[in-house]
Amino acid sequence: MKVIADQDLCCASGMCVMTADQVFDQREEDGVVVVLDEAPPPAQHEAVRAAAAGCPASAIRVVE
Amino acid sequence: MTAEAIPDYPFTRATALEPPAELAELREQCPVAHVRLPSGDVAGLVTRYEDARAVISDPRFSRNLAREGAARMSTTKDGGLFSRRRMGSENISEGEGHLRWRRLLSRWFTVRRMEVWRPRIQAMADDLVDGLVAKGSPANLSAGLGLPLPVRVICALVGAPSEDQDKFAHWSSTMLTLTRNTQEEVDQAYEDFNAYVSDLIDRNRANPGDDLLSELTQITDSEDGRLSHAELIATVRGLLLAGHETTSNMIAIMMAMVLAERERFEAVIDDPELIQGTVEEVLRMDSTLSAIGVPRFITEDVELSGVTVPAGTTLIPSAPSANRDPRKFPEPERFDPRRQANQHLTFGAGPHFCIGQPLARMELQVVLGTLAQRLPSLRLRDTPDDLKLRTGGISGGLQDVWVTW
Repeated sequence: MKVIADQDLCCASGMCVMTADQVFDQREEDGVVVVLDEAPPPAQHEAVRAAAAGCPASAIRVVE
Repeated sequence: MTAEAIPDYPFTRATALEPPAELAELREQCPVAHVRLPSGDVAGLVTRYEDARAVISDPRFSRNLAREGAARMSTTKDGGLFSRRRMGSENISEGEGHLRWRRLLSRWFTVRRMEVWRPRIQAMADDLVDGLVAKGSPANLSAGLGLPLPVRVICALVGAPSEDQDKFAHWSSTMLTLTRNTQEEVDQAYEDFNAYVSDLIDRNRANPGDDLLSELTQITDSEDGRLSHAELIATVRGLLLAGHETTSNMIAIMMAMVLAERERFEAVIDDPELIQGTVEEVLRMDSTLSAIGVPRFITEDVELSGVTVPAGTTLIPSAPSANRDPRKFPEPERFDPRRQANQHLTFGAGPHFCIGQPLARMELQVVLGTLAQRLPSLRLRDTPDDLKLRTGGISGGLQDVWVTW
């Protein structure tokens, strides 16, 4: 799995962090998404898929 | 769209908590339907989830209804909140300017910052519930908890005195008029609210603190083009308005919805793990908070459910309808606190997604958890059918919700 986040589309909702905090974080200065682990282990896959589906700005893409 | 008589919008309804029957009918038969607004203008009501989400999140479509040809919502001469041209909002409402402005604010609403707020919000909620208990049953939950909690929270975050809550409430209510206020009253509310915020900024500048206003004032005073003085006033005014009007209504709606079907409240008492999911279902199933919806002006032709909507149309994506679309939500009429993938549109979607959403969610969770723990015998004083809508404004919700315990 590869995780790609579009920082220009991100609306800084933080919902990905609430869903998968091992994989996503927010920049201190403006809350924009940061991908902590671009190739997360299988244990994280379900949470990452949920974060991508739940992103209100559709800013997260998952390539499997 | 049909050529039949155009129905008046917002639709009437049998009881406060049940959505108007028209929404489900239109969703199946006419997913983009002409409706007539209180102003007399006509807009297209979008009732399916995918269509509503597409319209809400499309950056090409404008939230600015001051544009030539856009529908007006309200009966005031200026057409209402979405049509007003107000000093300070010209360059921060859309596109690149909006994105830059939003980035200045969004650091105050990160998940990490919100967790710092949780114990403070809990202490404020406990203090207000102490007040309810001291006065005894029955209590007006709207006045005793619903309004004061969000006001205290947003005032602490922004750096404004919460004693002035009656002023904010009056100005906000007037600015949000659909049918209840005159143009003169609206103009006066803006004048007074702007003067109040301007004075607040001056006082804050003399005595800065660790709050949003102090930070934004420094940014404005640096005169580097990031935020003008007029933009600062518009921003603070907007935060005070949005930070208390919507959340305060939603607290009362939430408690009405969970107490009207009391097994929802009992489930939370039995299993506090259900607090979060219960709040999400309340947000999904509410149909009262936004009387109109947040309209968009369509700048290019767009196809929705096979219908071509021409540029120049004003569309109203209906979150209450989209949130009950069976194409998106299995068994949409069932209140299910364990629902997975609950991607409701109550906070919007895309570049204008509600910036205060984490704060609103936290306040709702704290209120529900606190009442379940401290007042487990809580009930509605009246029957659910006696609940009444707040009408006459863009922001709806319920009139006073009374409870006993």
